[in-house]
Amino acid sequence: MKAPERYYDFQKDISGCGVFGVIHKKRGLIPGEMPIRSMACMHDRGNGLGGGFAAYGIYPDLADKYAFHLMCDTQAALDSAEEVLKHYFTVHLSEPIPTRKVVTIKNPPIVTRYFLTIKKDRPQEVRELGEQDYVVGAVMHINHKVPGAFVFSSGKNMGAFKGVGFPEDIADFFRLEEYSAYIWTGHNRFPTNTPGWWGGAHPFTLLDWSIVHNGEISSYGINRRYLCEHNYLCTLMTDTEVVAYELDLLIRKHGLSKEMACKVFAPPFWDEIARMPKQEKDAYTALRMVYGQALLNGPFAILVADNTGLFGLNDRIKLRPLVVAEKDDMVFMSSEESAIREVQNDLDRVWMPKAGEPVIVHLEA
Amino acid sequence: MAKTFTLDASGMYYRQLNEQIREAVAGGATKIVLNNINGQRYIAGALEGNIEFEINGVPGQDMCSFMRGPKVRVKANAQDGVGNTMDDGMVVIEGLAGDVVGYAMRGGKIFIKGDVGYRVGIHMKAYMEKLPIIVIGGKAGDFLGEYMAGGILLLLGMFSDKPSEPIAGRSLGTGMHGGVIYVRGEVPAEQIGPGLSAQPLDDADKAVISELVKEYAKELGLDAKEILAADFVKIKPFSHRPYGNLYVPA
Repeated sequence: MKAPERYYDFQKDISGCGVFGVIHKKRGLIPGEMPIRSMACMHDRGNGLGGGFAAYGIYPDLADKYAFHLMCDTQAALDSAEEVLKHYFTVHLSEPIPTRKVVTIKNPPIVTRYFLTIKKDRPQEVRELGEQDYVVGAVMHINHKVPGAFVFSSGKNMGAFKGVGFPEDIADFFRLEEYSAYIWTGHNRFPTNTPGWWGGAHPFTLLDWSIVHNGEISSYGINRRYLCEHNYLCTLMTDTEVVAYELDLLIRKHGLSKEMACKVFAPPFWDEIARMPKQEKDAYTALRMVYGQALLNGPFAILVADNTGLFGLNDRIKLRPLVVAEKDDMVFMSSEESAIREVQNDLDRVWMPKAGEPVIVHLEA
Repeated sequence: MAKTFTLDASGMYYRQLNEQIREAVAGGATKIVLNNINGQRYIAGALEGNIEFEINGVPGQDMCSFMRGPKVRVKANAQDGVGNTMDDGMVVIEGLAGDVVGYAMRGGKIFIKGDVGYRVGIHMKAYMEKLPIIVIGGKAGDFLGEYMAGGILLLLGMFSDKPSEPIAGRSLGTGMHGGVIYVRGEVPAEQIGPGLSAQPLDDADKAVISELVKEYAKELGLDAKEILAADFVKIKPFSHRPYGNLYVPA
């Protein structure tokens, strides 16, 4: 893959939204009704132009297969995308994602899911890629080259569900009350600069990574150029997309811990670094110098999930709200405390994390 | 004798809730008890007069914005924007509160027992007899009292669940050009905004703090003596126009 023509020429999106996440540390299954009610409580944080959810642990019987969720404008687009999938993968199961008609959800695309494994006899041109790079390459290929077709979920035993509508209506459309998961994230979108379209709804995903975001990645331009140099192509016309790809680059490919990746996204200020003991000072200086182009500038509260856990992070001057709460084995993260109380009124602890300090929750083995 | 209006707000949308409150007030209610509140916005917003509120549950954004007069007690945590541009009255929060409490506040008092979020008291202002006051029992995030133009912020740092954090976040009082911030104990110098420093109190300051702490302790059932049994410092603007020369040197 190479950079597209004029890849530096882009339009910026600004959005302000509502986010919610919940994790059961012992992998207890949480019914979809919980995140749906929480998001409905924050209805007014969005404007009906985007809603979505990510759920982990929803495909236990097919947990070893890559679960691809596709949205396609037309049957022809779906056929073209399927051709690409069959070129790279063995298809074990393909089916329409179960939906129901909802009056408020207008003109939905064709949504289909595929459960895939890597072909034994891989195409010559990508034979040497590592397995996950191979999957990422296939996602980029479809999103970039197949008109009207987008892969919006590509992890194992997880899935993203999103579209244009309020989150509770999108949940109704995708029948999410029928799923149970040990991690859920939800998003209510208030797009302000680019159209609310199905691909632009949150979460944004790649492999097991999913992210929901309230705010604006003002550094989108430089982040996008940086990612492009590493073969990640931004196709979804929205700032948050860069975070999903940066997570994959920094954590999966470069081997950074989640803590370190968060310090790349929201590093300490130089005056704070100057006051640190030498070892820390050297480490943070190196991190800022090596990954300056991956720094996320602008206001954000993000929730990031993968198959090992959930974390929440604010920009370093906390220009968006984020509340964290605990109850037994569950940890909640939300734009508003009321969205948590809506589904769990008795909480053990409630706090607002410090700007730039991630709250990282790991699933127990 | 107070005429009490009690309402079960479970599942109620904020518009209907606030309509019912306004109707009750128009009908002469002087005490409003709201049960099962959860996330409804703008409660007590722009209401005037001698009305008492008891809020059970977590109220939504911009509670008591533009309020002029009522006394509001929240028996839980509060979210963001409490007392936005509030003009008069009193808010007592028995838990913690979120970001931008008292944004551009012009008068009245806000007493919070626990921690508060970022940018609390940003752009508070005072004029003649109008003197807004915020007392915070816990710790505060960054930008406390940023661009403050008047009024009093009192930060106690006592009832916090963040034992290892400094009492105030970064950029305390940055750009302030009026009013005063009092802090119980000490503030690390690097947390204070450019050009500002913590100063010792004079007798007039001590009298103000003592009076305020007594009222605060009474409202929240705390021990005023214990709160006052420590030294305080004050942070005041170093100039009436801290950025007057920023772009065009005088």
